[in-house]
Amino acid sequence: MSNEIYKIKMDVFEGPMDLLIHLIRKAEVDIYDIPIALITSKFLSYIDWMKKMNIDFAGDFLVMAATLTQIKSKMLLPVHEGDEDEDPRMEIIRPLDEYLHMKSVAEQLYQRNLLGQDTFIRKSDNKDFLPHDGDEIIQVGLFDLIDAFQKILDKIPAEHKIDLTSDRISVQDRISEIVNILEEQGSVIFTEIFSDNCTKNEIIVTFLAILEMIKLSLIQAVQHIQTGIIRIFYL
Amino acid sequence: MDNIKNIIESLLFVSDKPLKIEQIKIVLEEAETKEIRNALSEMMEEYDTRKSSFYLSEVANGFQLRTRPEYKKWISRLIQPSPFRMSSAAMETLAIIAYRQPIIRADIEHIRGVDSGGIIRNLMEKKLVRVLGRKDIPGRPLIYSTTKHFLELFNLKNLKDLPSVKEIAELKDLANIEDPTE
Repeated sequence: MSNEIYKIKMDVFEGPMDLLIHLIRKAEVDIYDIPIALITSKFLSYIDWMKKMNIDFAGDFLVMAATLTQIKSKMLLPVHEGDEDEDPRMEIIRPLDEYLHMKSVAEQLYQRNLLGQDTFIRKSDNKDFLPHDGDEIIQVGLFDLIDAFQKILDKIPAEHKIDLTSDRISVQDRISEIVNILEEQGSVIFTEIFSDNCTKNEIIVTFLAILEMIKLSLIQAVQHIQTGIIRIFYL
Repeated sequence: MDNIKNIIESLLFVSDKPLKIEQIKIVLEEAETKEIRNALSEMMEEYDTRKSSFYLSEVANGFQLRTRPEYKKWISRLIQPSPFRMSSAAMETLAIIAYRQPIIRADIEHIRGVDSGGIIRNLMEKKLVRVLGRKDIPGRPLIYSTTKHFLELFNLKNLKDLPSVKEIAELKDLANIEDPTE
């Protein structure tokens, strides 16, 4: 079988918005004055085509088809004088307009002088900027972190009770706080993240936040070989 | 101080991150903030008049020496940077987050009309987007914003430096004239 027979040119659309824009452009109409009947029927036939081609498509396409059909039927209703209802098409024009805006913004961003493509900076290994030049550091493993955590737990006064009624800080909020500290300072000593008189709960949340951030590779934990001080770096 | 510009230049030379005025101020205790600011803007002009290979870029709320785009051809031969790969879907999502931040995923998807979870995760891996916290509405959805790295990558001074809606509209008109269909 010759390949030529099966030459299919297919535009793949990211979602129903993309398809809608494609149809509008192809019909050479103004997005502020969409011939809704035409576009709706084209949209529906595209969905049919996708079904026939056995292309999986998400329910998003059906939602859009339903919206278009609804607008189409609204357009058929007679408009009485004095009615101040806006053009039913606005329901689709507004999101389309915003989407097109974002598409052009994206293009413009892409054309900026990108760091590492168009413009370059002096690259230096992060290590050069660590405190105490020349000192050796090692990557900290999970257990070193747990040991350090244990030390902090040991520091809390024994009589400290966990207050279950008070507002508790979430791991997510804590991550955000730590990011703020790191954006400001770039790096922070592990123990400094824990304030001196924080509750056990706060300490645990902070520790979980750090583990989560390492997992997301937002930060890197390194330990000084002699002093054993663990430092957190913002990547 | 006579040599303030040289001092600042040396700091800029060794720093691999955009240098903030406050950071320069910590080093140059004896200098006024205004003095530092003036020195920086004079330096900017000097690099421009001199047409040197690098320029002083105001980026991510700081200052950084960057090479001029004219020389990218040769620099790329030397260091062979990995090509910048971003799908148009990823760029769109990033633009939406940049312009509408802080924003939750549902709002991003409302604009794009399509599931964006994977793309957002990808942008987070690229460190262009971060989680700011959770929104106090049912489901406590995550709130997203762009990072400092985003500003650095796209050569932006700060978020206000993003092209304004008016500029975008002009650009769009232009695009419509040049390319009415496809």
